[in-house]
Amino acid sequence: MIAYIIRRVLYAIPILIGINILTFVLFFVVNSPDDMARMNLGMKRVTPEAIENWKAERGYDRPLLYNAARQGTEQLTNTIFFQKSLKLFQFEFGVSDSDRDIGYDISQRMWPSLAIAVPVLLVGLLVNITYALLIAFFRATYIDIWSVVLCVVMMSISGLFYIIGGQYLVSKLLHLVPISGYDTGLAAIKFLILPVLIGVVGGIGAGTRWYRTLFLEEINRDYVRTARAKGLSEGLVLFRHVLKNAMIPILTGVVVVLPLLFMGSLITESFFGIPGLGSYTIDAINRQDFAIVRAMVFLGSVLYIIGLLLTDISYTLVDPRVRLS
Amino acid sequence: MARREWRSATNAGRMVGLLFAVLSLLSLSGCGERAWNAPHSASEANSNTLFSSFSERPKHLDPARSYAANEYAFIAQIYEPPLQYHFLKRPYQLVPLAAEQVPVPQLIDRAGNPLSADAPADQVAFSDYEIRIKPDMRYQPHPALAKDADGAYRYHRLTEEQLEGVNTLADFPETGTREATAEDFIYQIKRLANPRLHSPIASIMGEYIVGFNEFGRALVDAGGNGDFIDLRQHRMAGVTQLDRYRFKVRLRGKYPQFVYWLAMTFFAPMPWEADLFYSQPGMDKRNINLNWYPIGTGPFMLAENNPNLRMVLSRNPNFHGEAYPTEGEPEDGENGMLDDAGKALPLINKAVYSLEKEVIPRWNKFLQGYYDTSGVSSDSFDQAVRFGTGGEANLTQEMQERNIQLATAVETSIFYLGFNMADPVIGGDSEENRYLRQAISIAVNFEEYISIFLNGRGVVAHGPLPVGIFGSRQSSDQSPEGINPVVYDLENGRPRRKSLQEARALMAKAGYPNGKSANTGRPLVLNYESASAGPDSKAQLNWIRKQLNQLGIQLVIRATDYNRFQEKLRKGTGQLFMFGWNADYPDPENFLFLLYGPNGKVEHAGENAVNYDNPEFNALFDRMKNMENSPERQQIIDRMVDILRHDAPWIWGFYPKSFSLYHDWYGNVKPNLMANNTLKYKRVDPETRNANQQAWNPPIVWPLNLLLLLLVVSTVPAVLVYRRHERSAAR
Repeated sequence: MIAYIIRRVLYAIPILIGINILTFVLFFVVNSPDDMARMNLGMKRVTPEAIENWKAERGYDRPLLYNAARQGTEQLTNTIFFQKSLKLFQFEFGVSDSDRDIGYDISQRMWPSLAIAVPVLLVGLLVNITYALLIAFFRATYIDIWSVVLCVVMMSISGLFYIIGGQYLVSKLLHLVPISGYDTGLAAIKFLILPVLIGVVGGIGAGTRWYRTLFLEEINRDYVRTARAKGLSEGLVLFRHVLKNAMIPILTGVVVVLPLLFMGSLITESFFGIPGLGSYTIDAINRQDFAIVRAMVFLGSVLYIIGLLLTDISYTLVDPRVRLS
Repeated sequence: MARREWRSATNAGRMVGLLFAVLSLLSLSGCGERAWNAPHSASEANSNTLFSSFSERPKHLDPARSYAANEYAFIAQIYEPPLQYHFLKRPYQLVPLAAEQVPVPQLIDRAGNPLSADAPADQVAFSDYEIRIKPDMRYQPHPALAKDADGAYRYHRLTEEQLEGVNTLADFPETGTREATAEDFIYQIKRLANPRLHSPIASIMGEYIVGFNEFGRALVDAGGNGDFIDLRQHRMAGVTQLDRYRFKVRLRGKYPQFVYWLAMTFFAPMPWEADLFYSQPGMDKRNINLNWYPIGTGPFMLAENNPNLRMVLSRNPNFHGEAYPTEGEPEDGENGMLDDAGKALPLINKAVYSLEKEVIPRWNKFLQGYYDTSGVSSDSFDQAVRFGTGGEANLTQEMQERNIQLATAVETSIFYLGFNMADPVIGGDSEENRYLRQAISIAVNFEEYISIFLNGRGVVAHGPLPVGIFGSRQSSDQSPEGINPVVYDLENGRPRRKSLQEARALMAKAGYPNGKSANTGRPLVLNYESASAGPDSKAQLNWIRKQLNQLGIQLVIRATDYNRFQEKLRKGTGQLFMFGWNADYPDPENFLFLLYGPNGKVEHAGENAVNYDNPEFNALFDRMKNMENSPERQQIIDRMVDILRHDAPWIWGFYPKSFSLYHDWYGNVKPNLMANNTLKYKRVDPETRNANQQAWNPPIVWPLNLLLLLLVVSTVPAVLVYRRHERSAAR
């Protein structure tokens, strides 16, 4: 397994370089270093000299990808791409274009993101699996049919609708929790109830449908028929046998998103004023802060690759037949 | 089996009972002191604290760099420049803040002889501003000023070990203070010249302050690679310390607008200790720097600095003291604006600003009473404001029931539709092109624009100078000078937009009868540059297209992003575009320079975005800019505005009107569009606020109980089906 993991880590390096190049090209297709300087220096009374100074200080005065003025390897290394990307592989994110340490900001902002993402994942799993098992139990009855209809309706509704509707109903009409905001420590709980509730409700449609499909697939297998023939109650069949065997696809689906929980939710954090990494990324895009965008894309890619690796490893843990080679 | 089912059913029943009990307890607790949806802690809500919001994270809090309204909202309460604007008096009037009095420049000729105050600008070689600052102004408690028992600075030689565990400024246990002196004001002027800081006013100050640019170049030569440079060791020729409380700034020539700059935080004092403290290794890595942790002498200090969540200003215990103004305008007494006259400032102890990026939560929190004040967005405008038959803005019934108040003010800003004067079709000085611009000026109906897109929140402009700026003459004055005769006729003392027939006649004179070229017969096609292409702006773009279509002109919308839009302005490749300007200070020079030829965007990288260049206008501008406000200056401005109206390089657009709402427990609200340091005058009544918050936000729990009941009821048939299923399986 260790050889497999090492191989996967090595595979990740060209993938990350490719992602970096793609991010770099996409960003600089629409923004030039001059644009970035103007965005940071303000709209009024910006002189060409100030722009040149700003670029020189931050290393944006070099060519983007190829430096024809230099010799040898410096033609590639003395470029914005090389200078800005190399340190990412050492997880040194550097300083944002507004002079804040990105690593420090990430370390501060990942906790609020996790404070929402983890409960949404856990409570969502519990609710979705329970509901899906219930539907599977009442398969081919009106409960099944109408539940599927309800799930399709729920998954067709925009996430934004859940957020705005939830804020309107729970906070504005019923006055039960604050409409937005955040705090530290236990005081954060009252601010987290609504976004977590909305996150869970918003995920019921898609989650339940998927799990229902998995359970129904398992229910028709021979071992389930055998369990029933042994005289086990339907509850025991579902919870002890079906659920256990359906865990493989459920687990893989969950493990792959685990590392990405750090990245936060772009819309939810923005609407609820949660100072997480999702809103950090959105702000950086709006401000054309390439340093942060680059760092967040890199971090997201690394976490996604880790998620895929963990998924493969988790296969071997839940299914002894699977061997990594 | 049946017993097991019964047991599980009993357990379920217990769970439901427990949930009901919890909900009932929650219902009872709803009768307590605080509303459930209150976002602020009880201790803060009960204290003399103001609650408001900000929508965008400030970028810079360093007074040498900050130049945006959302940044001034914080730092203007912390830093004290020499001057400030009187809170109540209009037109805007400069009064001392850190200075003892508003400085009067001593004019000097080339031979070094003093000149009289009314000396012509061409005789003036230098202007000396002697500024005497108030004694006993002390900085807020700050670790940079902390000293040990031996009198040595406590935190000026920090090691990485000592910084272990330090994440914010509050993690330094000791603080200190000292008196602000003239040397600190000089230090800050030197910081403005430091190229590493990229001060936005460095270029303009470089034009005037003697030795400013040379000082910046010397700093570059001194190098330092980001290390601390003790600016006290470098001399700036034009800035001299006279004694502990007096310093002199020497300007080249005459520049009366300099006093307005002295009312901005750019000129607030900065202790060298802070510069040294923040430049130590390891501080930037923790985001502890002058850009995020201000140090000032003002009434407030930044007690909590979390720009991603909230910013908290608290009273500076070392504040030297200031009194609420005892004079204002005649109506201020009646409006209660002088009720606190003579009282010690600030009137509140704390101000909490929460980050609210989205409009909906911000607006709802204001309606729930959790924010003391709010703007009015387009989405909530109809809910808050309705216009009376005379066009006056009133609050809706819903707002009146909550005793919400409305404050409006015409902003010292202008939005205009610019013609690129460097363009051969639409620009230039030819009579034909002038007719074309005049015709378009008539056709683009900004009264309609304000009504449709701004909910009436704007005043149609007849020239470049907004209300409240010296030299401005408004159509509401009902005088001919206030009316743009190119676009309007004066009828019964009121302006009436000229008809489309007149515009079409001008089109014909321009060589485009019915919008078609008299020479080629082809329709006139113009390009409109837009920095927004989203669905929100589509209606506006269509509207502009239709306005020009009335003259037969085909308008091609070239929508792009803001960067490309700016690039087109810089290169002069656009034809028509909408742009705006917000005043730095209340002087006509700050608007008329937008049309000054040597300030052209293409040739000189200036702020004259339309590249207008009229020699007569330029000459008048040169005369006007150095004059004190006087009838003669007004006469020159009138002539300049006449030239502009005739040449029509802009369609004058509109001056935006700000609408802000506030609760009745929030006092001393008078819009002041020039002053940013008005927090110290504000008053809140926490008791009234708390009572209203309780009354407006009672928790409503019955829907939750109902939902729970429905869930329980719906489980009954499920349990029955389950039991039947199990029994049938057993058979």
